Amino acid sequence: MATLELKNVVKTFDKTQVIQGVDLEVNDREFVVFVGPSGCGKSTLLRMIAGLESATSGDILIGGERVNEVAPADRDLAMVFQSYALYPHMTVADNMGFSLRLAKVPKEERRRKVEEAAEILQLGPLLDRKPKALSGGQRQRVAIGRAIVRNPGIFLFDEPLSNLDAALRVKMRVELARLHDELDATMIYVTHDQIEAMTMADKIVVLQDGIVEQIGSPMELYHHPRNYFVAGFIGSPKMNFLSVEAVACSASGVTVRLPNGTECDVAVDGSAHQAGAPLTLGIRPEHLVLDEQGLLAGEVQVIERLGGMTSLHIQTADELLTLVADGEVTHRVHDQVCFGFPPTRAHLFGQDGMALASLHRHPLTEVQRQENSASTHGRSQTP
Amino acid sequence: MSTVQTKRPWVGVLAWLVALVIFFPIFWMLMTGFKTEADAVATPSLFFTPTLESYVEVQGRADYPKHALNSIVVSFGSTLFALLLAIPAAYSMAFLPTKRTKGTLLWMLSTKMLPPVGVLMPIYLLSRDLGLLDTRTGLIIIYTMMNLPIVVWMLYTFFKDLPRDILEAGRMDGASTFQEVTLLLMPLSLPGIASTGLLSIILSWNEAFWSLNLTASNAAPLTAYIASFSSPEGLFWAKLSAASTMAIAPILIFGWMTQKQMVRGLTFGAVK
Repeated sequence: MATLELKNVVKTFDKTQVIQGVDLEVNDREFVVFVGPSGCGKSTLLRMIAGLESATSGDILIGGERVNEVAPADRDLAMVFQSYALYPHMTVADNMGFSLRLAKVPKEERRRKVEEAAEILQLGPLLDRKPKALSGGQRQRVAIGRAIVRNPGIFLFDEPLSNLDAALRVKMRVELARLHDELDATMIYVTHDQIEAMTMADKIVVLQDGIVEQIGSPMELYHHPRNYFVAGFIGSPKMNFLSVEAVACSASGVTVRLPNGTECDVAVDGSAHQAGAPLTLGIRPEHLVLDEQGLLAGEVQVIERLGGMTSLHIQTADELLTLVADGEVTHRVHDQVCFGFPPTRAHLFGQDGMALASLHRHPLTEVQRQENSASTHGRSQTP
Repeated sequence: MSTVQTKRPWVGVLAWLVALVIFFPIFWMLMTGFKTEADAVATPSLFFTPTLESYVEVQGRADYPKHALNSIVVSFGSTLFALLLAIPAAYSMAFLPTKRTKGTLLWMLSTKMLPPVGVLMPIYLLSRDLGLLDTRTGLIIIYTMMNLPIVVWMLYTFFKDLPRDILEAGRMDGASTFQEVTLLLMPLSLPGIASTGLLSIILSWNEAFWSLNLTASNAAPLTAYIASFSSPEGLFWAKLSAASTMAIAPILIFGWMTQKQMVRGLTFGAVK
């Protein structure tokens, strides 16, 4: 069982608190992604789990045991570094087998385990090469192979794809997801790329300035962001925000006045707010629709045609909004357009940045990325 | 990676000129060693009948192999010691720095700014009381201490350039600190360690102040051997030159053979 639990974990460098009391539970075989802007503390948190940094206070539990004082190698985990951190003076096979060599595993068995891992990652023909003679993607695979050989309960990934080019990144993303399925291991993955987070995670942890902003499934974060920051961070292109004023508030909905004076209803619980309160309305670009009867109007400033979809950047009287439509849009720059949004798709945020609770749970928020295989078959049993 | 070479012949000419000026005294010494004493003090001339007379006489007066062996033992021994002490020190300074690391490094370097003669008396008395006068052990200890600041500094800069991730990966793989240093750090910084060691050997070999003051005959290295030819009986240029040539020959050849390694090590940080 490779579960992980963080209890009020704090990290202080000199006098600055970079991790401010993080609580987290990671289930066995879960794929958890830490995401956040650079400097949010996500890598520090991962390094604390790895044992490369000590926690200033709080408890780190792996498989139910407190491991704060346990050496990194004895925590039943393996880490893949952003820079790959391969040993340049060793061959691929020696790189992958280094941990076994340190553990005094006999040569024969070492060779066998390395070949097994190489098989999974199609590294067979490269085993006798030095890292220098490998491409970026191959080095990445060796780094993953080195982790696989250890057969850990938890894999840690520190921005493993950020040094690869875009095409390779997409390929490796798929490969990692497949690997997670195949290895049946718990994985913790750090990235600043929300697409990586959305595509791979069972559970996303959004961090900012050392604080957990929200923990949830990708669809939960997308459809029910807890606050303004998460709403803006998750989703691409970024969510549009409009300053609005509450006209009527009740537990069954909020009526707001848009900057252009029109009013509309939003299906959120407004019982905590009063009429006249300034709120922020958030609508994702893909939820804005071109509509002659729409509440909003503006001039198209930029059109980005991607073939399958089109992004329109529309200047309204107050804001520059982004609208994502299908590929068949015929508008051109400087056209005047009207557009609107379905009220169930809008989000409202109070002045403290917290979202007003939506009245309808999106049906996809509870859907797991994969069926939890925990009960059907165990982890590969190589001691 | 190649840079565009612009043709500037005068740079090459200038370089040769500077090299010749620097090399000239060594060249002259080499020549003088093959002259007779009379020729040596006569009007300087490139044309003379070469003779091995001085070399033979020099050997008759002092035991060259003994002093050469002293030089080898002392310079290699002290370098080995210095590396043994400096590698762990530089490791902890580079990878586990504290608030005081920078200060410690500067303090270590500052000891090199003190003229050695300033501590001659205490060191001499200490050596005498510990029975280390005129022993190789005594000289090795002194040279180790003498070179330690430079060796630590050089290793520190080499280590600092190494990616930390690699050592951390090693730690994740289960390496102890000792294994981290011996299996990862040392192989990775071999060029740096080699050039540091070479420099330390050369510095120890050429050191004259302590060897002259702390040794007499038993442990005297080649520097003391040369000095013994400028004697109260007068200066014998030809013999002095012959002795000097023999004293510097080993280290010159050694330096020439290892120059590739030296240059590689000294530019290690720049060409990654």
